[in-house]
Amino acid sequence: MTHISGDALLVEHGDYLYRYALLRLRDPHLAEDAVQETLLAALSAKNGQGFAAKSAVRTWLTGILKHKIIDHFRRAQREAPLPDGEFSDGDLPPGMDDFFLEDGHWTEPPSSLGNPAALLEQQQFWGVLQTCLDRLPKALARIFLLREIEEKENEEICKELEVSTTNAWVMLYRARMGLRKCLEMNWLGDRNAEL
Amino acid sequence: MLSCKEASRLVSQSQDRRLGWRERMALRLHLAVCDACREFSRQMAWLRQALRHFALRAEQDETVRLPSEAAERIRRALHGHD
Ligand SMILES: [Zn+2]
Repeated sequence: MTHISGDALLVEHGDYLYRYALLRLRDPHLAEDAVQETLLAALSAKNGQGFAAKSAVRTWLTGILKHKIIDHFRRAQREAPLPDGEFSDGDLPPGMDDFFLEDGHWTEPPSSLGNPAALLEQQQFWGVLQTCLDRLPKALARIFLLREIEEKENEEICKELEVSTTNAWVMLYRARMGLRKCLEMNWLGDRNAEL
Repeated sequence: MLSCKEASRLVSQSQDRRLGWRERMALRLHLAVCDACREFSRQMAWLRQALRHFALRAEQDETVRLPSEAAERIRRALHGHD
């Protein structure tokens, strides 16, 4: 049986695990902590010792990291929960809110993003998306990323984050509305300025 | 008839749960006559796709690396453990 060394794991997988954690935690220090906890857990676990293939080790480590990230999300959700039910003011930055008039009509109807498939080909677009994700309130970003990136089922997310289903729907709705608006403002704004 | 506000909520929720028969009908009816919500609905589907691309790119982006000071801290922590 081969003994895995912490150094070897760090060299082989450190960068990948860091990127994985950073994408979800959106904070370099939190990501570093998560990588460290993951490797520590890996070293004290017995079940990773037998893996020969690098990809198997990576999958195993990523599995551990996922749990560390969820643990962090749950703690954060406990410490700074969003109010239950319908929340309105203050949970989205100015300009990313006030979507509807009193009568339920759009304040500003969504403008066309152009050719959406082509957008995904443009390097600059990813920077804008990154910025917009960073502008989302953390609680909204957490649940939204779990839903969209991890493709987790709603019930699973609710259990993991300890939020009610209804509250999850509202949070996901707010996240999508805010993100869409931010993309519209920053992407279309930039593009129009260039024209 | 749904308002645009209600329709936008249903569009979002349709990505998270199976809408009821009545809700689906009401939404379909609204989308048939409302350009703004139809555009919104297209964008919501697209946003989901965009996020998945974004995640794949971020996980594979080799220019993003564990900072060397962070790697050093982790290495020390791991050695403490050995
Ligand atoms: Zn409408």
